[in-house]
Amino acid sequence: MTPDEARKMIEEVLADIVPGTDFTALDADADLRESLELDSMDFLTFVTALSDGSGRRIDEDDYPRLATMSAGVAFLTEED
Amino acid sequence: MPALGADMDAGTLTEWLVHPGDQVEKGDIVAIIETDKSTVEAECFDSGTIGELLVEPGTRVPVGTALATITMAAPVSAPVPAAEPHRPKPPEPEPEPEPAPGARVPSARPRTRRAPREAPGPGGGRRPPPAPKVSSPLVRHLAHQRGVDLGEIEGTGPSGEITRADVEHAAPARVKASPLARRLAAELNVDLATVTGSGYGGAIRADDVRAGAKAARPAARLDRGEPRPAEGPAADRLESMRQAIARAMARSKREIPHYYLTSAIDLARAMDWLRRRNRRLPVEDRIIPSALLLKAAAVALREVPRLNGFWADDGFVPADRVHLGVAISLRDGGLIAPALHDADDLPLADLMAGLRDLVARARTGRLRGSELTDPTITVTNLGDQGVESVHGVIYPPQVALVGFGAILDRPWAVDGLLGVRPVVSATLSADHRATDGRTGGCYLQAVDRLLQRPEELS
Repeated sequence: MTPDEARKMIEEVLADIVPGTDFTALDADADLRESLELDSMDFLTFVTALSDGSGRRIDEDDYPRLATMSAGVAFLTEED
Repeated sequence: MPALGADMDAGTLTEWLVHPGDQVEKGDIVAIIETDKSTVEAECFDSGTIGELLVEPGTRVPVGTALATITMAAPVSAPVPAAEPHRPKPPEPEPEPEPAPGARVPSARPRTRRAPREAPGPGGGRRPPPAPKVSSPLVRHLAHQRGVDLGEIEGTGPSGEITRADVEHAAPARVKASPLARRLAAELNVDLATVTGSGYGGAIRADDVRAGAKAARPAARLDRGEPRPAEGPAADRLESMRQAIARAMARSKREIPHYYLTSAIDLARAMDWLRRRNRRLPVEDRIIPSALLLKAAAVALREVPRLNGFWADDGFVPADRVHLGVAISLRDGGLIAPALHDADDLPLADLMAGLRDLVARARTGRLRGSELTDPTITVTNLGDQGVESVHGVIYPPQVALVGFGAILDRPWAVDGLLGVRPVVSATLSADHRATDGRTGGCYLQAVDRLLQRPEELS
C-alpha cells in the first residue's frame, strides 16, 4: 500500500465514524482520539475497519501506532 | 403516544410501519416516533389486528394520546376502546413521575399508574429468543454481524450445533463495506448489493448507504411540511434535546436527595485478563474495558438490589431484572441513556456486541421505545475523555447512577510495597430516600470484588 492509499483508507474509515470530518484541518501529528473525540468503542471500530481494509492483523499492542494520521500511514505502509 | 422517559411530554409520529388490517405481534415495531431526544421505533405491546390509525404522520401529540386501535387476538374479538386520550388533565408542567408502561405503546389501553415497571412477560420480545443450536457467543455475534438468521441454517457441529464455518458458509459473499455502513444498511433496510461503493476499492461507506436509502425511499417525511426533518443535526433538535435534559436533570436535583460515594478500584487483574483474552481474538471480537466495567456494575446489583429500581409514589419499587441504562454522548451534542437489557445475564461477548449495537443506533437515531423506558439504573463512563471521576445526576425515577472515570496508572500500595497499578475511580450517586450510605458502600465493594475475578465475569 502506498502512503496515499493508506491515508485515503484512514480518512474514509474515520469519515464513517465521525461524519462530516474536515481532514484538511486535521494535523497529521494530532492525536486522533482527542481531535476527533473518539471513544474506545469508536477506536475499536476504527481498528476493525483498518484491519478489514488492509487485510493485516492489528494487535492491541499496535494501537499506539495508530494514534495519529502520520503514525497510522507509516504503520499501514510498512512491510510485514 | 408512549412516554419514552421521564423527560418526555409529547412526541411526533413520523411514520406508520403498519396498515389497518395488519396482524401484529407483541413487540413488533409498528411506528417511528420522534421525541425531543431521538427517533424511536415504537413497539406494540399486544398481539392482534390493527384497526384504525388515529394519528396522521407528522403530527405532534401529547403523551397518552391514542395512536391507533388494536383488535385483540382473543377468541371474541372486541375492539379496544379507542381514541380516548387518557391523560385526563391538561399536560402538567412536570412529566409523570414514572415511565408508565401502559402508555408505552401506541394503543388506547389506559395507563397503569401504579407499578412503574411491568414485568416484561413472556413474548415481550426483549430477550432474544434462545438459539438452541449455538454454543458459542462468538458464533452468535458473527451471525448478527453478517445478518444471518440462526434459525434458518443447519448446524454441522458434533451435536448439530451451528459453528463459525456454518455462519460463514451461509453468508460467504461479503460485500465490501465499512462496519458502520453494514449496520446502517441493516437499520435502514438497504440491500448492500444494490449500493454502489465510493470508498477504497469500491467499498461501501455509510454515506453510500444513506444515499441508497434516500433513493429507495422518497422523502415522505418532508412532503408533509414537517418543521423538523428526521435527519441531520438540526439546531432546533439540539435545542429541544437540551430542554429535555434540562427538565429531567432539574427535576432530579429538585426531588432527589443525592448522596455520593467513591471507591478507587485496582484493575491490574482485570486489565491483564482482558489483554490476554483479546490477544487471542480477531479485532471484531475484542472486548473494551468499559464492557467489563458495565458487566461488573450489573452483576453487583444482584447483591444490592435496593439500588436497582424506581422511586414511585413515596416508595421504592424494585426491578426484577437489571436493564443498565448506558449513557451515550451524541456527536453533535446531547446525551441519551438507552437500556442494555439483562446486562447481568449477558455473557461478556454478548454484552460487548449489545453495547456496540446500542452505541451505533443511539448515534444514527434508531432506538426502540423499550430501550428508552426500561433502564433500571444508569451507568456513565467518562473515562475516554480522561476524566478522573464523575458524580452523576440520577435519572428519575431511577434511584442510583454509577460512574466510572478514566483507567489511570497510579501509585498503589500492595502488601506494604508501593507499585504502579491501573486504577479506576468508581462512584455511586444514590437516592437517599431509597437507600443509605451503607447500602451504597456494599455496592461499590461488590463491584470491586467482582473486578478482582474478571474471569468469572465472562
